[in-house]
Amino acid sequence: MSKVEVKQKATSKWVCGGVNEHQRRTAGHFWQRPITNVAVLALLLACLPLALTSGFHYHLAVLVGINATIAISLNLLMGYAGQVSLGHAGFVALGAYGTAILSSRYGWPVPLALVSSAAGAALIAFVVGRPILRLKGYYLALGTLGLGMIIYLVISNEVWLTGGPDGMPVPVLELFGGRLTGPADWYWLIAVMLLLVFWLSTNLIHAPLGRALRALEGPEAVAGSVGIDVPRSKLLVFTLSAAIAALMGGFLALYAGFISPSLADFLHSIELALMVLVGGLGSVVGSIIGAALITLLPQVLTVVEEYETLVYGLILIGVMMFMPRGLLSSIIDLWRRIKR
Amino acid sequence: MSEFFQYLITGLTIGSMYGLIGLGIVLVYNASHVVNFAQGDLMMVGGMSAVALLSAGLPLPVALVGGVLVGGLSGLLMFKFTIEPARGAGPLGLVIITLGVGMVLRGAAELAWGQRFYSLPTFSDNETIRIGGVTLVPQSLWVMGIAAVVVILLAYFFSRSLTGKAIVATSLDRDAAILMGINTSRMQLFSFGLAGLLGAVAGVLIAPIAFTYAAAGLMLGLKGFVAAVLGGLGSFRGALVGGLTLGVAESMMAGYGSSDYKDAIAYLLIVVILIFMPRGIFGGMSGERV
Repeated sequence: MSKVEVKQKATSKWVCGGVNEHQRRTAGHFWQRPITNVAVLALLLACLPLALTSGFHYHLAVLVGINATIAISLNLLMGYAGQVSLGHAGFVALGAYGTAILSSRYGWPVPLALVSSAAGAALIAFVVGRPILRLKGYYLALGTLGLGMIIYLVISNEVWLTGGPDGMPVPVLELFGGRLTGPADWYWLIAVMLLLVFWLSTNLIHAPLGRALRALEGPEAVAGSVGIDVPRSKLLVFTLSAAIAALMGGFLALYAGFISPSLADFLHSIELALMVLVGGLGSVVGSIIGAALITLLPQVLTVVEEYETLVYGLILIGVMMFMPRGLLSSIIDLWRRIKR
Repeated sequence: MSEFFQYLITGLTIGSMYGLIGLGIVLVYNASHVVNFAQGDLMMVGGMSAVALLSAGLPLPVALVGGVLVGGLSGLLMFKFTIEPARGAGPLGLVIITLGVGMVLRGAAELAWGQRFYSLPTFSDNETIRIGGVTLVPQSLWVMGIAAVVVILLAYFFSRSLTGKAIVATSLDRDAAILMGINTSRMQLFSFGLAGLLGAVAGVLIAPIAFTYAAAGLMLGLKGFVAAVLGGLGSFRGALVGGLTLGVAESMMAGYGSSDYKDAIAYLLIVVILIFMPRGIFGGMSGERV
């Protein structure tokens, strides 16, 4: 084990495997530069419709896109900053319900409702973020879990506002004078969102905030002693992450046309964390792959729907036991070992 | 006033359950520094197994003991097949693994028993006891009584028996315990088994009052956590008192406030306690682990 690896093992104590080492070491290669990655993803997203032959395929692609964007936002928090969240679904639900309530009950224009909800969720994250992010490790996991559950309970209980456990319908999104109805229309919108968030995240690693965040996976005292405002950095990424999650939650509500409190429940939070972990902490590309796998899995499993919980559990255990740094890193490692 | 005592009794009964689940979580945390998110599901396994054994024709006491043993066995297997091989996964990794184990248990229970609600018969006759204006079901006494006995036995086990002391030594300083010739890995195995037993005891106790079903572990497990964290995550006494506090707070909320927000109390408490009293209400007793 090289010196660098030993050091990284030690510093990434809280996050299972730390930021994708491979990505970090080769950050200078031309094919690892952010702009190349963004271009490749754009090309892939532009070509993907060639393989999508039915409306159902488009539907799946839209779901994967939404989940991938949410997973990237969670990865900013969990992978880059090493801050666990078991309540991220709460922010997704805030965006979804905010959009639905403002537009259908108060008659706001849908785009305005969407943006305001995301801003509202960001504000909530900003306010509760500072005290909650003071917590570390398990306590942070429990604190975020508590926050998520409170959001869930408010949504299920305030029936007059949210429709309660029965859920509520969401109006159709109208953009630039046109109505977005079919999955094929939505595909392009979500593809653009995914690309934007991807671009933001890959750039963030190299920005001052990104560098500060990466220092946070190590001991915080060290980050603080080199002049990083630790609480502020954590709070900024928490707020950003919540805003993106809420915005995508709003899109999800508009796309689905109907929402229910299960959007905010604990299992949804776990599902989101699972996407990040399967893809690998700190790997933006990994988050997309993780989101795709976890989103498409139930489609494969519909034949045996009753096995869903069991299979999810086995995947969680398997990933953590055998590839704690995520699928992508493990495959890259394996490939290199074979090549050698 | 009798209303108040009624809520108090209800709260103490349900609080005993939270306390028992919290005890299991603290036990595992102390011995292996793993926060066990599957504790609630171990509880569910105990309750459901007892139901299954009973419907297989076994007498109630045998079914109850059998259910508890199945819970203990599940705890042992959980450690042997997931926690022990994954030692290097880091704390968050281990948390995720326990979440996974919980989902596997829940999924397996759904396959075996479906999503139906089951119930056990009460341990003794069902006649309610009235003291003043307060109504008491005998099962409440069973719950509180057995919880108390379990706590006394545990205290005795940890202070008197060699195995118990070895578990305590492992939790205080793993390296020092190894140097003293303690097989720490076996102590961790014991603690998981014991946590499984504790969880299953809670499961069979609660089944006659509330129903037991495949997903029952999720909510009750989270409440057990709140109990453990209220007590400072590390103190047995704290977990028990934390559980009782939570139970009573919930019961009062349901009685005097809104029963819709009964469950919110737990999460609100956890957020507030963590932020303002990070070591729990009885904190200060256990130092921070670095």
